[in-house]
Amino acid sequence: MDHFPGTWGRPRNDVYGAYDASYLQTTGPKAHTSSPAVTGTSVVGVKFNGGVAIATDNLASYGSLARFSDVKRLRSFGDNAMVGFGGDVSDMQYLDRLLESMDIRENYSAHGNMLNAKNLHTYLAKVFYKRRSEFNPLWNHVLVAGFDGEGEPFLSSADLLGTTFSAPHLATGFGAHLAVPILRRKFPEEMPLAEVTQEAAVEALKECMKVLFYRDARSIDKYSIAVITKDGIDLKEDEQIQGQSWAFAERIKGYGAQVV
Amino acid sequence: MFRNNYDNDAVTFSPQGRIFQVEYAQEAVKQGSVVVGLVNKTHAVLVGLKRNAEELSSYQKKIIEIDSHMAIAIAGLASDARVLSNFMKQQSLGSKMTYGRPIPLDRIVAQIGDRAQTNTQHYGKRPYGVGLLVAGVDEAGPHLFEFQPSGLTHEMVACAIGARSQMARTYLERNLDKFEDCSRDELIQHGLSALKETLSQDKELTIDNTSVGVVGVTNGKKESFKLYEGQETAALLEVLEQRESAGAEGESMEVDS
Repeated sequence: MDHFPGTWGRPRNDVYGAYDASYLQTTGPKAHTSSPAVTGTSVVGVKFNGGVAIATDNLASYGSLARFSDVKRLRSFGDNAMVGFGGDVSDMQYLDRLLESMDIRENYSAHGNMLNAKNLHTYLAKVFYKRRSEFNPLWNHVLVAGFDGEGEPFLSSADLLGTTFSAPHLATGFGAHLAVPILRRKFPEEMPLAEVTQEAAVEALKECMKVLFYRDARSIDKYSIAVITKDGIDLKEDEQIQGQSWAFAERIKGYGAQVV
Repeated sequence: MFRNNYDNDAVTFSPQGRIFQVEYAQEAVKQGSVVVGLVNKTHAVLVGLKRNAEELSSYQKKIIEIDSHMAIAIAGLASDARVLSNFMKQQSLGSKMTYGRPIPLDRIVAQIGDRAQTNTQHYGKRPYGVGLLVAGVDEAGPHLFEFQPSGLTHEMVACAIGARSQMARTYLERNLDKFEDCSRDELIQHGLSALKETLSQDKELTIDNTSVGVVGVTNGKKESFKLYEGQETAALLEVLEQRESAGAEGESMEVDS
């Protein structure tokens, strides 16, 4: 009879050799997140004359598993700014709490001095850069949409390294490969912003979301879309991709169980 | 010197509910040379009377630029003012760094107010011996704030602190309704007139002892803080002289009719 409960249920030393306690080591370097866990995929945004439109789908994946299908990845800040989050969902929730507490702090002494989308973007980029410098990154790639200090439409991205980037249309993740070319075709560089209407921007976003659902295996056909204008934010969080046609899939060969 | 037993530190109340150390600190403000501040719809102006410790020394700076959108004018211990202005410069730079936004005036004034208040509530500390006028512009337009050693802050349309500042306040009160819609240059002249009121018989405003600071918005565009000192004040003082002689003629003409 073994009188030491601590060894009960363990492989016997006399049979299997001494237990390798190095796995239980508590010393050594501190480990931080080195990969995201539950993730959201692309965020897509377009500037138009008088505002910005931004969209994400409503999925949070756990690896390749479509784990949560009703996650809101567009978060509002104040009356005229929106943040779309790609990447780790728990880090998104942390940032959302951070921004909410900042919004409340700002509103205590309003006095007409509200942070605009540009200020918000600068702040977020600094937060990302601080965390990556601590080797403890917030695993996100965000788009910030709204207005800058001059009241012009503003759209800019910030990623987990604190890198910032701005363009009339932007997308994160898979969208950077699949949606941006579509948007560049629809709204070429030489096309002035004044000629891009709100309807055209929203329509383009819907098409991008459809293409992303077709080709991005971490996406879902339910999405959120926000239109930010001077009048405020029009946020729809329960949209469904319309007019799907999978006929093109017939011609795709070389994947899965298909042999010929 | 033997006023009472309740003025040995800043944390003890007198039975009448007063904190004498704070009141003494406010006396230090009254010893400092006078500074005047005023705002209208578009601009905030600071004017100050500089003093030199002796004939051969330079004049003590009265107006300190914090950032391109704001400045402070000081009355009292200049070294305490330097501590506060360094803090304000840091906060202002921090706001530009993290948010890309010039710090709102009410925010930074609340911060120095809180700092000054903690000095009145911790044993072994002493209140700041300086009063400030904080002038600047933010999203909400031009502002003027008064800051006292007690930590009390007020937003003002016009204010004067320092030695013989009562004379300037009287001028400001009499002319209050002229400020709001007047031009940038007129606002400066009102500031200088108020400053002149405080001078004793044998003194006058010169290019050496006068400081003027202006910040504002013109047609929705921010105008960076501009400090006039030395030769730059000559033109402003000349206008002041012309106005006063014209004013004197105006009065005599009124008497005639």
